[in-house]
Amino acid sequence: MNTEYLVEVKELKQYFPIHTGFRKVTNLKAVDGVSFSIRPGETLGLVGESGCGKTTVGRTLLRLYQPTGGQVLFEGEEVTDKNILELRKKMQMVFQDPYSSLDPRMTVEDIIGEPMDVHRLYKNRAERREKILRLMELVGLNAEHATRYAHEFSGGQRQRIGIARALAVNPKFIVCDEPVSALDVSIQAQVVNMFEDLQKKLGVAYLFIAHDLLIVRHISDRIAVMYLGRIVEIGDADEVYEHPKHPYTISLLSAVPIPDPRLTRQRQRIVLEGDVPSPMHLPSGCAFRTRCRYATEKCAQERPVLADTGNGHFAACWHLQS
Amino acid sequence: MSENCEYMLEVKNLHTSFFTDSGEVKAVNGVSFDLKPGEIMGIVGESGSGKSVTAYSVMQILADTGRIVEGSVFYKGEDITRWDKRRMQKFRGKCCSIIFQDPMTSLNPVFTIGNQLMEAIRLHTDKNRSQAKARAIEMLELVGVNEPARRLKQYPYEMSGGMRQRVMIAMALACEPDILIADEPTTALDVTIQAQILELMQELQKKMGMAIIMVTHDLGVIADMCDKIIVMYGGSICERGTADDIFYDPRHEYTKGLLRSIPSATNSKERLVPISGSPINLLNMPKGCAFCSRCDHAMKICIEEKPQELTLTPTHQASCWMNVKKLQEGQVRP
Ligand SMILES: Nc1ncnc2c1ncn2[C@@H]1O[C@H](COP(=O)(O)OP(=O)(O)OP(=O)(O)O)[C@@H](O)[C@H]1O
Ligand SMILES: Nc1ncnc2c1ncn2[C@@H]1O[C@H](COP(=O)(O)OP(=O)(O)OP(=O)(O)O)[C@@H](O)[C@H]1O
Ligand SMILES: [Mg+2]
Ligand SMILES: [Mg+2]
Repeated sequence: MNTEYLVEVKELKQYFPIHTGFRKVTNLKAVDGVSFSIRPGETLGLVGESGCGKTTVGRTLLRLYQPTGGQVLFEGEEVTDKNILELRKKMQMVFQDPYSSLDPRMTVEDIIGEPMDVHRLYKNRAERREKILRLMELVGLNAEHATRYAHEFSGGQRQRIGIARALAVNPKFIVCDEPVSALDVSIQAQVVNMFEDLQKKLGVAYLFIAHDLLIVRHISDRIAVMYLGRIVEIGDADEVYEHPKHPYTISLLSAVPIPDPRLTRQRQRIVLEGDVPSPMHLPSGCAFRTRCRYATEKCAQERPVLADTGNGHFAACWHLQS
Repeated sequence: MSENCEYMLEVKNLHTSFFTDSGEVKAVNGVSFDLKPGEIMGIVGESGSGKSVTAYSVMQILADTGRIVEGSVFYKGEDITRWDKRRMQKFRGKCCSIIFQDPMTSLNPVFTIGNQLMEAIRLHTDKNRSQAKARAIEMLELVGVNEPARRLKQYPYEMSGGMRQRVMIAMALACEPDILIADEPTTALDVTIQAQILELMQELQKKMGMAIIMVTHDLGVIADMCDKIIVMYGGSICERGTADDIFYDPRHEYTKGLLRSIPSATNSKERLVPISGSPINLLNMPKGCAFCSRCDHAMKICIEEKPQELTLTPTHQASCWMNVKKLQEGQVRP
């Protein structure tokens, strides 16, 4: 048993069968062999093109989807259908879409209280209420909000309700799927600080999925970059941000909006050519080659694997940039 | 319709409230702005500050409990708050369309996206079924959805968050509206597709003279896209100006706090600095400046009286007593 890692993901695969014609089914390879590990109290940032499979990685990891292949270990123990209900007390998820993930007919109090009910985490009503109010305060909601319904809240307020709900069971690991993208920058800062404080206090580890690369870099110890169901680059956050090796990461970083009008006007974006290939018909070899300006014959024939470029920085490309 | 009107849209002293069991929630309190053809206006502000409600009020798509209680909205010089349901139906989609913040609730889960896209196109144009289908495919291609013909047969839950958002954008642009309201159009998208979509919007704006209202938290997008910016706090506009005014010379403490909250590009591990305090309670609005309980520089007058909007330069206005004070002390010119 290897206990250095809290979470180990090995060759995780998630294929969705899609009916493409009469009695014809094509697999949509949403996640196609993803491996990574997270230490206790560590934050791994996960970024990548929309539709590349980030949410699916998170959901499959928590067995909200039955994996097509691969393995997930939590504290050295393989996650299975049998132990997942028990493990949900330690592994939680904050969902991407605060609108559809909260039941609009439930009060805020009951939304946050539900996981505590499921795992019986209080002795009496008074303790339940007190815990709920503390969580609400923690995420910056007013006590008056407790009895209001989810549909009465703005996007950012709903996201905070979702975070409070995930925290209700004192998890050790949280998959945060775009937890701050619906928030204004000040509350974003508040929530990010909150995540960091919880980490310091309770040693929670995060898989932090987000599009905002400035935030991801700030909060993450390491960053993994995904493209079409696979990790193409992974390494120390500052290292990946400052010395990206994969051409996809480079173009991604060049497109980050800069909150400074003069700098924005000056800078050059690397706009990717071509369409995002369909995960139903992945290109041969390297999936990025159809849009890569360095692509050669070899890229079409052979799929590059993650190779160590030093200092724990890995990238999967035949033409690594430096 | 008076076609020679200078403004595409003029919102004057808009007040919108929700009448709930706990009382009147004053979501929008006296918002005014105007929009010329082809102009791109950004709205930033705290979550819950009334950005979406302002947009919904323009389109008159408020929840049942919500109502415009005061003010008017002029479209090409005509007050559309007086229009009947049928005219408003025409207005939405053809004159003004909206990309919603929440693609999942605004797409109907039981219909395929093709069905919904074609429906929207046929409602506002006289295209027949096959023309509408061709247009739908063309629009999906335009927003970067792969295999558009096959995607038409998919249901919203089968798509990733970003793809659903692109479908919404395709739907909003399909009828080439005069005004596009984009409520957080790109928060669900990765930066490369975001860059593509923003470029697409800018292109359409140049080609068709479409005016855009861009609601977003992303100050990077705002800095990149907008001719002018309004900053909202507690249902009102606290500051407005060009991107340079707002980013390099912010004159309202809320705006300053907002800019301080962004992670620094040079020191990525520095702790973030949010604005302290909690958002105001819209059920019980303070008498004075809405921000004063969270402001480090609050004075006595801030608690007692709402600051009026003061013009600092022809492009730059702010509602803060500090500017009035500085003006009286001769530190700034009006
Ligand atoms: N339940 C499902 N059935 C069929 N296909 C699905 C399902 N869920 C996701 N997919 C597909 O799997 C792929 C990956 O989707 P996923 O939601 O994981 O992307 P993502 O990286 O989270 O994107 P985004 O940044 O837009 O949220 C997409 O092509 C999507 O259409
Ligand atoms: N149906 C409703 N009933 C009661 N209050 C509402 C309703 N819809 C919105 N509100 C309130 O109106 C205020 C403004 O909401 P709005 O959705 O405009 O915020 P926003 O600025 O768009 O925030 P965000 O950035 O989080 O989307 C909020 O405080 C919200 O709670
Ligand atoms: Mg996702
Ligand atoms: Mg909103």
